[in-house]
Amino acid sequence: MHARADASADTTASWPQDIFAILQRFEVRQVPYVPDAGHSQLIERVLASSTMRGIPLTTEEEGVALLAGAWAGGQRGVLLMQSSGVGNCINMLSLTQIFRFPFLTLVTMRGEWGEFNPWQAPMGSTVPAVLELSGIKVLRASHPPEVREVVEAAAGQAYNACTPTAVLLSQRLIGAKVFTK
Amino acid sequence: MNKANLLDRREVVAKLLADRKDAIAVGGLGASTYDIAAAGDNARNFYLWGGMGGAVMIGLGLALAQPKLPVVVITGDGEMLMGMGSLATVGLQKPANLSIIVLDNECYGETGGQTSHTESAADLVGIARACGIGDARALATLAEIEAFAPSLHDTSHGPRFASVKIDAANLERVLSSRDGTFIVNRLRGALGFDPI
Repeated sequence: MHARADASADTTASWPQDIFAILQRFEVRQVPYVPDAGHSQLIERVLASSTMRGIPLTTEEEGVALLAGAWAGGQRGVLLMQSSGVGNCINMLSLTQIFRFPFLTLVTMRGEWGEFNPWQAPMGSTVPAVLELSGIKVLRASHPPEVREVVEAAAGQAYNACTPTAVLLSQRLIGAKVFTK
Repeated sequence: MNKANLLDRREVVAKLLADRKDAIAVGGLGASTYDIAAAGDNARNFYLWGGMGGAVMIGLGLALAQPKLPVVVITGDGEMLMGMGSLATVGLQKPANLSIIVLDNECYGETGGQTSHTESAADLVGIARACGIGDARALATLAEIEAFAPSLHDTSHGPRFASVKIDAANLERVLSSRDGTFIVNRLRGALGFDPI
C-alpha cells in the first residue's frame, strides 16, 4: 500500500528542490523515511547529500522515535512519509508532547483529489484529524508555488519553537496515481 | 515462573553500567528503566515510560548524532518484540557505537507475567543476526556479562546485540524521573547543548 511506483508523479517539479534547500538551511541531519513516489525526488537528493543521512524505516513510527533520539543527541531531523503512515505513528507521536522536541514531518497525501484506489481513502481522510488530536500542528500545501513558504513556516516553528508540525503535501500537488488510462 | 540459574536483572545491569564512563544508556518502557535507575541516576540516562517499541530507534537517533559516544539500549523482550523492525533499520545503518541489550524474562512482567513470544518461539539473537547485526549473542552467566561489558565502549565495531535470559521475578520498582522534558534536556545539557 505504501508503494507508489508510479508514472504520474512529475519528476521535473521544482518544489522538492525547494524543500531540500529549506532542510539544508535549517541544518537537518537525519531524514528517516518510508518511501512514497511523491517524496522520490527529495529522497534522492537526501541520499546524495553529504550533510543529511537518509534512513529507510520498516514502519513510520520508527521515525518518530528516531527523531526524539536525534534531538537528544543534538541533531535535527524530518520524517518523510505517505498519509497511510500517519496511522502507524499514533502512539509514538506521544513522544512529541512528552519530550517537547522539534518534530517535523512531511506527509504526501493519498485518498483525495481523484484517487483511484479506495483503500487509500479511509486513512487519507483522517490524517489531519489524527495529527491534530495527537498535538501536531497541521499545515498544507496544494500548489507548487506555495510549497516553499509553507515548508519554511513549518520548519521555523518546529525547529525554533519546538512546535511539532506536519506539512501535508496534497495529492493535487503531487498528482493522482494513474492505474488505468 | 522462576527458573533456576537465570540471572538477576539488577545485577546484570549494574555490571553493564559499572564502569560506564561517558556512555548514554536508554532504558525501554517497563522494568528496564527501573534497572537503569537502580544502577544509579545519571544525566546520560534516557528513561522511557512509554512509546513501547521505540527504545532501539531512540538509541539509533542518539548513536547517529553522537558517533563518538557509546550508546547502550537496555530493554525487555516485550518492548523489543514490538519494535522488531527497528533491528532491520539498525542492521542497515550499522552504527558502530550502538549496543542493544535485551533483558529477556520471556514474559510481560509489568502486566501480570503473561508469556511472551521468546518463551518458546522467537529467537531474538537469531532475528538480530538475520537483520544484519553481525555481533549478536546470548549471554548466560555473570562472567559472560563481565567479559562483554567493556565492549560497550568500543565505538568502532558495533552495532552489537546481546540477549540475556533473566529471572522473571518482579523486583521492587526503582522509580526514575517521569518528566520527559527534564530527561531529554538534562541529557542534552550533559552533551553540551543549550535549551532553545
